[in-house]
Amino acid sequence: MAARDSVLTPTTMQAAGTGHAHFGRLLLAEWTKIRSVRSTYWSLIALIIAFLFFSWLFPYLTVSNWKQATPTQQANLIEDPIGSIMSSGLFVGQLAVAILGVMVTASEYSTGMIRSTLLASPHRVRMLAAKSIVFALLILVIGEVIAFAGFFIGRQTFKSLLTVNLSSGDVRQVFGVGLYLGMLGLFSLVLGSLIRHVAGAITGIVALLLVISNLIQLIPGRVGKYLYTYEPTNAGFAIIGKRLPDNFLISSWEGYGVFAAWTALLWALAAYLLVRRDA
Amino acid sequence: MIEVKDLVKKYGDTTAVDHLSFAVEPGRITGFLGPNGAGKSTTMRLILGLDRPTSGNALIDGKPYRDLRDPLRYVGALLEARAVHGGRSAFNHLLYLAQTQGVPKKRVSEVLDLVGLSAVAGKRTKGFSLGMGQRLGIAAALLGDPEILILDEPVNGLDPEGVLWIRQLLKALASDGRTIFVSSHLMNEMAVTADHLIVIGRGKLQADMPVGQFIAQFSDTAVLVRTPHADSFRAAVGERGWSVANTNDAGALIVTGSTAPQIGELAAERGLVLHELTPQKASLEEAYMELTRESGEFAHRSAPVLGGSDGRA
Repeated sequence: MAARDSVLTPTTMQAAGTGHAHFGRLLLAEWTKIRSVRSTYWSLIALIIAFLFFSWLFPYLTVSNWKQATPTQQANLIEDPIGSIMSSGLFVGQLAVAILGVMVTASEYSTGMIRSTLLASPHRVRMLAAKSIVFALLILVIGEVIAFAGFFIGRQTFKSLLTVNLSSGDVRQVFGVGLYLGMLGLFSLVLGSLIRHVAGAITGIVALLLVISNLIQLIPGRVGKYLYTYEPTNAGFAIIGKRLPDNFLISSWEGYGVFAAWTALLWALAAYLLVRRDA
Repeated sequence: MIEVKDLVKKYGDTTAVDHLSFAVEPGRITGFLGPNGAGKSTTMRLILGLDRPTSGNALIDGKPYRDLRDPLRYVGALLEARAVHGGRSAFNHLLYLAQTQGVPKKRVSEVLDLVGLSAVAGKRTKGFSLGMGQRLGIAAALLGDPEILILDEPVNGLDPEGVLWIRQLLKALASDGRTIFVSSHLMNEMAVTADHLIVIGRGKLQADMPVGQFIAQFSDTAVLVRTPHADSFRAAVGERGWSVANTNDAGALIVTGSTAPQIGELAAERGLVLHELTPQKASLEEAYMELTRESGEFAHRSAPVLGGSDGRA
């Protein structure tokens, strides 16, 4: 048939491979997906601007209002200057990562793209793994870059008031920004995959980050302390803290471990449901 | 080769696919017909591993879709529901699919050219018309140069030129020896495109036969007969192996598998009086409606409406 010779037979195809599709192919394909939509760029730009701006703003306001600060405030700052550089930027910037993470999975359902995805990659768990790795690594790398950029901006701004050094213990507070954001990105991605609805999943993650994580402190007694400590995002946020709040029951690394455990648990649930549910 | 074996899909209390079995052979176009809500799209989604069957199975060259390696190189599919992210360009959409299968990037430009979308390859697909979206779906289906194509209502949203284009494309693909499985709710479209028909209604198999046989069996050869000797007549017709059915009109019978002259001669031979002997000139479309009327999800006794969107049909 002429058609086969002219248009239908590809001139560029190799024979179909044997064995399972290389995982590397899925990683490359998921990277193509992430870099080919605008929401990725908008969210990352928002993250970078918000984080760097607050890395400057908080130290700047501290320096210019130093005389009005109470002795306790002054003592806290001198004890943990890195925490005060990082925490306000991270608190705002994390929203961009959380929303993007949710969109990476949930928007596949709202647009119908998931059907194309699963036709191409019917081994669904491998697809979820590839997506998770690509997205978490992207956020981790960007998180570390802005963490160090923010640290230097903050240090410059504090210069007239105090010298900020990176002692071995404090390096964790800087690296922690990328670690926290990477894990939060993964946590949000998993939430999007579980909820499968963009607006619903965004509402869920924002409520968790801004409302639930704080309200939980109001519960009195030991139960309140446990809930506060083991709430996933509070636990994870401890990675950038030096002197953790009194109602936080575990160490920084333990907190990050709790966040990772939550994420792993939900990931396993998302993988199970992804295989079970109709697309 | 697609094989569906005793396939069942239930959504809660609703049975969308009801013990369906059939095979789709290579080298021809198999039309998959049924009214809206008959279970066509659901069956295709089950074949493609998107939905899990309640029981039974659907195999592609002997394997479930989920076990295929580089599935887009075996099976190309066009789904009825939209399956692209509107914020991504046509090129990047296809590039993603190509990368998952190890298909070279050059093939993406090739299929975009083939479906006539090269000029808008870099445009985000949210601005695409229904017809352009359909062409993009076909490009995705052809990307891996598959031996099997599963297309759900491919002519939906296409202008007459596009409909003709699809028809010719499918014929060219089938004559290559590929397996083509294409659904439609329009009998007339299938009559000119398909070689073989699988007709379903309410998730159940209604017919599985070549188009020629379907036409012979369900349209021209039906003959309306009125006779005072209904019982003897039935017996005589039965001996010849023709089939006879009652109609809504008491006293009138419909004989199929025969012609008016043959029936007249048979009646004369047996001395049976006939009051009426009328060949029924039902069109194929009418025959199909007749076949599926009782089984459509939204069965109308008077006028079946076969247009509109199909949803999960």
